[in-house]
Amino acid sequence: MRIDKDLVAAVATPLVLAILGEGRSYGYAILARVRELSGGELEWSDGMLYPLLHRLQALGLLTAEWGTSPEGRRRKYYAITEAGRRELAEQRSQWAAVTQTLDRLWERGGSSPLLGGA
Amino acid sequence: MTGAALEARIAEWRGYVDRARAIDTAEAEELESHLRERIDELRDAGLDDDEAFLVAVGRLGAIDAISREFARTNSARLWKQLVAGAEPVERTRGSGIVSALLIGVVAAAVLQLIRLLSIGTLADDPTTTLFGRPADPTWLLRNAGLIPVAAVAAWLLVRRRPGLPIVLATVVPFVLVALAINLMPLAAPDAAGGLLSQSLLLTALHAPIACWLLVGLAYTATGWRSTARRMDLVRFTGEGFVYYVLIALGGQLLFALTAAILAPLARDAVAPLAEWGLLSLAVIAFPFAAWLVELKQSVIENIAPVLARTFTPLFAIVTVAGAAVYLALGATQPFNRELMIVFDAILVLALGLLLYNLSARSEGRATRFFDIAGLIGVIGALGLDAFVLADLVGRIGEYGWTPNRVAATGLNLLLFAVLAVAAVLSALHLAGRRPIAALERWLMGTLPAYSLWAAFVALVLPPLFGFV
Repeated sequence: MRIDKDLVAAVATPLVLAILGEGRSYGYAILARVRELSGGELEWSDGMLYPLLHRLQALGLLTAEWGTSPEGRRRKYYAITEAGRRELAEQRSQWAAVTQTLDRLWERGGSSPLLGGA
Repeated sequence: MTGAALEARIAEWRGYVDRARAIDTAEAEELESHLRERIDELRDAGLDDDEAFLVAVGRLGAIDAISREFARTNSARLWKQLVAGAEPVERTRGSGIVSALLIGVVAAAVLQLIRLLSIGTLADDPTTTLFGRPADPTWLLRNAGLIPVAAVAAWLLVRRRPGLPIVLATVVPFVLVALAINLMPLAAPDAAGGLLSQSLLLTALHAPIACWLLVGLAYTATGWRSTARRMDLVRFTGEGFVYYVLIALGGQLLFALTAAILAPLARDAVAPLAEWGLLSLAVIAFPFAAWLVELKQSVIENIAPVLARTFTPLFAIVTVAGAAVYLALGATQPFNRELMIVFDAILVLALGLLLYNLSARSEGRATRFFDIAGLIGVIGALGLDAFVLADLVGRIGEYGWTPNRVAATGLNLLLFAVLAVAAVLSALHLAGRRPIAALERWLMGTLPAYSLWAAFVALVLPPLFGFV
């Protein structure tokens, strides 16, 4: 199953904020974490992560600083700010409302909408 | 560890990324670091250099798409992004030069007509009547600033076709302002050709600034609430101003040469040439400059931010030195409107530098330097202003208020308030407590205030003071 790209775009922000909520990280590791968590189903082209990170940084939700990897490679590390945590909490309650609504519909209606369960 | 061939391919790829103008160096470096990490992972999984490079580049995605996405996160870069023509944007209606020149010519013709009517009545017979009403020699002064602004607004509406509500919201207030300004019983110069009335000059000066709000509406159209669109309007205004000044300099040089050529043969032709040719071209140059900005926004680096960066450190030095001098010597002088206007100009300059530094901002060490220099400049200007303002306003009480004093003091207070909040937000940003977006929102949110104040001065002050 491939997840629709509009849906991927919609979850990108809460996903990145939530991953950085676990601790500071860098682009490549964030993508690796997304793949690991979604079992490879939620993927977008690697490059698109960076404009998103910069947008979130410009909005003050993230901070960024250059550091060095254990192998001596330059890396840009991102960390979530207080404003970022507030935004994450807000997104989280919105997503909870969305999934809850869908869950209720789908549990009540049985496995197939064609059966007209209600 | 990595082969020379692989390094060469990465360098080639990096060169391609660097040419995408919406991606700056730090971002390109970050992308390269990502690419290398991916290549290492793929090689560990058993791919050879070539395969690893190709797969990693493929996973990263098309540079054009990434570049567009970066441009969208920072609309400043949208202005210089489309060099390679990755995405044809609004190419459907031609470049707009024909409509710009046409509107310019019509505007120039209207201005010339008004000039003939007002000069004619002034010079020959002050009691001339037109359409049964006494002709007014102040028509030219009343309309001279309004017509070029109307031309720019008209061209933007023709070019963008923003839909009927926006067109009406632009045109109707414009017509009302124009009517109000022309029907207001502002005193003409007295018979001896003496001083013009204060109110007339104030109205003539402020009406175009008030109407710039409507140009802004025509420019931002349905996006008028958006901070990013307002920022684009600021860029448009700044670039248009720079283009206009350059065109005016060139035009004057050309006119001086023409006059020098004509002088020995036909001395009498020089004055009409200035009145008809130079004045008309000065009007036509307004929509033409607007067209140039729209055409060039994607082609060259913007000029206004470069100028702002050049002058920000100098401005900081000047204001701090000025404040020091005033502190040392004290500032006790009689109220002086010229001095108030000088301080208004300093605050306008401070605001302009702040805006244009912000309009082409990218993260980096140099940016921090300019942010700090800008903040020092603003604080210096505010300190200088506060010092003098308190003194001057105190004295106005003694001498009484006039339209001129209200206009100068009100502008000063407005700019002071905007800049004071901006200074706080800028300091919080430098301290890492607030994002730069907060400063941007504040400055863009207060943008209409200047035009609204100008509208107040142009339209409300004269009746309040009995049109003196």
